[in-house]
Amino acid sequence: MNDTVVPGRGDKGLLRNRVVEVENLTIRFGDFTAVDGVSFSVRKGEIFGFLGANGAGKTTTIRMLCGLLAPTSGVVRVGGLDFDDGGNGIKSIVGYMSQKFTLYDDLTVGENLDFAAGLRKLPAAAAEKRRAELFGMTGFDRPLTAKVSDLPGGIKQELALAAAMLHDPEIVFLDEPTSGVSPAARARFWGLIRRITAVGKTVIVTTHYMDEAEQCGRIALMRAGRIIALGSPDELKDSAFPGPMAEVDFQGSDPAAPIERLRKAPGLLALSPHGMRWHAAFSEGALMDAALSALPVSVRVRKIKPSLEDVFIRLAGGAQ
Amino acid sequence: MDGFSIRTEGLKKDFGPVRALKGVSFDLSAGLLHGLIGSDGAGKTTTMRLLAGLLRPTEGSIVYSGAGGPVSFTEVRRGLAYMPQQPSLYPDLSVEEHLEFFRELYRLEPEDYARRSRELLDITRLEQFRGRRAGLLSGGMYKKLGLICALLRSPSVLLLDEPTNGVDPISRREFWGLLYGLAAGKILILVSTSYMDEAERCARVHLLESGRLLASGEPRSLLKAAGAASFEDIFIKKAVV
Repeated sequence: MNDTVVPGRGDKGLLRNRVVEVENLTIRFGDFTAVDGVSFSVRKGEIFGFLGANGAGKTTTIRMLCGLLAPTSGVVRVGGLDFDDGGNGIKSIVGYMSQKFTLYDDLTVGENLDFAAGLRKLPAAAAEKRRAELFGMTGFDRPLTAKVSDLPGGIKQELALAAAMLHDPEIVFLDEPTSGVSPAARARFWGLIRRITAVGKTVIVTTHYMDEAEQCGRIALMRAGRIIALGSPDELKDSAFPGPMAEVDFQGSDPAAPIERLRKAPGLLALSPHGMRWHAAFSEGALMDAALSALPVSVRVRKIKPSLEDVFIRLAGGAQ
Repeated sequence: MDGFSIRTEGLKKDFGPVRALKGVSFDLSAGLLHGLIGSDGAGKTTTMRLLAGLLRPTEGSIVYSGAGGPVSFTEVRRGLAYMPQQPSLYPDLSVEEHLEFFRELYRLEPEDYARRSRELLDITRLEQFRGRRAGLLSGGMYKKLGLICALLRSPSVLLLDEPTNGVDPISRREFWGLLYGLAAGKILILVSTSYMDEAERCARVHLLESGRLLASGEPRSLLKAAGAASFEDIFIKKAVV
């Protein structure tokens, strides 16, 4: 499929409220072009997601938007500020939670937050007030004296988010914030993200969990440093799969021969395994019906809507 | 080579006053993909570390067997690869330097090493990052490098603790394709995962909850026995009991 950019719904509103504007953003490390001519904008209060394979350029893009990396070329404007002062202005109005290092394990909850407040040069009283607000919003109830190394993974991430938001930033960047966290803690964390945007903050997030990506207002799908699709989850699905899709369950029988036949079926757009079952997408209903009716009678089929994982596999990897 | 099998009986493990495993018995055979499924704190990592010989059980036994009957752990260890949740790599060494380091450590023949490293770099899509230092890799790429290092010497027992956490959906699929290929070659593979679609792709699934084994079996049989529509349902149902 050709590279496509799906315009997001409500683009007129987006023009008025955009807090992040990026035009032809490019960064090279030696001969390697990590981000290659990326353009998009994000509006105030939006949950904007970046998806892509490992190494697609998501983290590098975010680090440029946070003022941590200077682009080789292109324009970055965050909250109306650009790179003219070496990114310092941008750093002061954004919060950033990186995928790797965010908290000191050997420090307590209180010490970590004091340290973050010190970096942001927050007066003690203001930091304390803000800490209470954030604890109220997140429901964080661990003692300030608890050592971070003793906290469960999900709670650590909530604390890291609080530390990233201590200076009350308008825009919060979250780079794989839930990696390695249990499903229950992931759901709780996304509840927090929704609460943050409900009060007008903007969240830009990367994730490898497609159920999380479904909760984004819009998604930019990256491959090899470029945005190959941009739109709401539904728009991406419609764009990647203009025809119908079926779930095929071989009910324990050997799928090798029928899968091979399906691969050659006229109108097949994509075929990929999902757990014990397969998803088969076609260009049109009649061709799908013909292909599925040729399967053995023991095979169970049902029409389904494509998931974001289907979209990801089709677009991000250039799969069959 | 015939593969190894592992049988655990009444496996218990205490950490101070906390009993992490409360009598776990299961069989793991070569040539099948075994999945260890459970929520945080269920005992997955403790089980993995016991099987890898990194912890001693408080009670119970682990019996390793080859084609001719029980064998010592020392014999198994030579072909055992264990990848922890956070692989121990050297942040200042590049991807390529890691491969070289493990080549020397495992004393691999040059031709075997060349073929294997090329194949693994290709599957994991790390080829273009071979000059990048491990400390600068993303979370998913770091996991992939850990996996490459574990697989470089063609192990006979492969224990992988949540290897695909933080790995993108395409690489997860390619990774599972790789595991199927390995299992067909008589390797004993045990993978822990929190992705339910991955659990469904295992030949045998072992469900752990709060240190106990809730169920073991072929995913489809477990679904049927529980009257559940999906594996996620069955897990939630069992975990609640």
